[in-house]
Amino acid sequence: MSYAIQAEGLVKRFGETTALAGIDLTVPTGTVLGLLGPNGAGKTTAVRVLATLLSPDEGRATVGGYDVVEQGHQVRQLIGLTGQYASVDETLTGTENLVLIARLLGIPRDRAKARARDLLQEFRLDDAANRAVKTYSGGMRRRLDLAASLVGNPRILFLDEPTTGLDPVARLDMWDLVRLLVADGVTVLLTTQYLDEADELADDLVVIDHGKVIATGSPDHLKAQVGAQSLVVRPARAEHLEVVMSVVRDLAQVEPEVQGERVTAAVSDPALVPAVVRRLDDEGVILDELTLRSASLDEVFLTLTGHRAEEPEGERDKEGVSA
Amino acid sequence: MTTTDVSLRTSSNRPAPDRPQDIKPRVTPVEGLRQTLTLAWRTLIQIRHNPWELGDFSIQPIIFVLLFTYVFGGAIADSPTEYLQYAMPGIIVMNMFFVTMYVGQGLNMDITKGVFDRLRSLPIARWAPLSGRILADMVKQAWSIVLLLVVGFILGFRLGTSVAGLAAAFLLIMFFALCFSWVTVLVGVLAADPEKVQLFGFTVLFPVTFLSAVFVPIETMPGWLQPVVKANPVTILSDAARGLMVEGPVARPLLLSLIWAVAIAAVFAPLSVRALRRRV
Repeated sequence: MSYAIQAEGLVKRFGETTALAGIDLTVPTGTVLGLLGPNGAGKTTAVRVLATLLSPDEGRATVGGYDVVEQGHQVRQLIGLTGQYASVDETLTGTENLVLIARLLGIPRDRAKARARDLLQEFRLDDAANRAVKTYSGGMRRRLDLAASLVGNPRILFLDEPTTGLDPVARLDMWDLVRLLVADGVTVLLTTQYLDEADELADDLVVIDHGKVIATGSPDHLKAQVGAQSLVVRPARAEHLEVVMSVVRDLAQVEPEVQGERVTAAVSDPALVPAVVRRLDDEGVILDELTLRSASLDEVFLTLTGHRAEEPEGERDKEGVSA
Repeated sequence: MTTTDVSLRTSSNRPAPDRPQDIKPRVTPVEGLRQTLTLAWRTLIQIRHNPWELGDFSIQPIIFVLLFTYVFGGAIADSPTEYLQYAMPGIIVMNMFFVTMYVGQGLNMDITKGVFDRLRSLPIARWAPLSGRILADMVKQAWSIVLLLVVGFILGFRLGTSVAGLAAAFLLIMFFALCFSWVTVLVGVLAADPEKVQLFGFTVLFPVTFLSAVFVPIETMPGWLQPVVKANPVTILSDAARGLMVEGPVARPLLLSLIWAVAIAAVFAPLSVRALRRRV
């Protein structure tokens, strides 16, 4: 198997903060790797190192077989980058942005314009082609960002949180675009804070926290490991909490948690629900609520690390973007 | 593969790649130069979308000329036209300092908005984003100098030397602008946002340009201030420009101006490049 991306022991520090504390990852050619983690986990820093925007303090990485430090120019000829911090110029129009990039890549003027036109049409931006990007909606903006990173037909694509802040329709739209690229054989490294996104798009997952890899594997493997779903049970009367706890503990084979008047437990088998209902009914417990919901990233993290994902702030500082 | 209602006008058969698939080891200087021109073009078409910017570096200098000529002119010299003969070269110099702020502001905007990262992820010369920005700024400089001269001539400014002198003054001011741009590049890299860059313009450039002999002759100032004003490169450059365009000594202020320009670039270019490496 050939690898499009290989990284070994990547370390990056910003002053006191260690953004990457030794990251290993490999992405086989033509697959999608989901880099999953909360804000400030080091996802963006990892992408910036692999996209040659930052030099690692330790470790090494190759992209398309080229060393990201020694052969940055070669790497840049193979990659496309779309991310929170790799943006288009919002004072220019969609066409101008794409023509600019095509011209920078050495494509002659006529073909640059044709390429821009094709991409804008492909991404359903042809109506907005001659409008300044600052008038675009969030979804249009992301589509243009993605189009901009595809001008040079990259074989390896970095998508840094491609759907953060998008509405559900625009998100599904982005997912479809990514799938089409993958169908073309493009290797994708995708960072996300959403478990469902990683689940939808990625062949393999690497979960990072505090700059360290804390879990790897396929989405199914990972879900089985952490419990794909959460069972939430709230008895009508508080004195039944103990009974509910013991029933859930018995059937789910995990230690449930009590939050307020709710008992929650990570479960991987949906067939558990009817069993729990029957047992509680036998015990004469009346329920106010019984739900099975997908595990949030927070729960994945709780299971994997024993602590909750941090509050979504401070990534910029941690990633050393602001001066 | 799941599908959604979103229709996509796309096929998996992309057009053949436009980019040659052979991987090149480095950018040639010619390619770097072409990329510089492309990036300068980008900065200049921004003006088309934001005509206010054009107003900024067109109307502001015109207001300066009008204001100083008609408000101060009568008091400082005998008549506005006579004052223009003294002040015009200095006003051009002062305006040049303000226009250099666009380099820092634009660079800062690119960094904070993420455009800079996008550019750096492309296989282009490492220096092209910066040189493109500076080149575009030189075009803005040339435009505003020409504009100032036109307004000056309309108001009654007369060349005291020759067209060659005027051309030399133009080139000197452009060269100084090029070197001084490095100061604003540094400010642009270090500032947290574009507003802070503008703040630098007001709190540092404004007093420095006014602490000069641009508007009034040094002899009218208190004795303790005179050495400061004399040493100010704004004064020196204005004197050189005045010598080249109107009258007065040329050799000494010209030489000193060139020394200042080169010294500023020698100090601030490496500082800027280092700061840029650190920030991005």
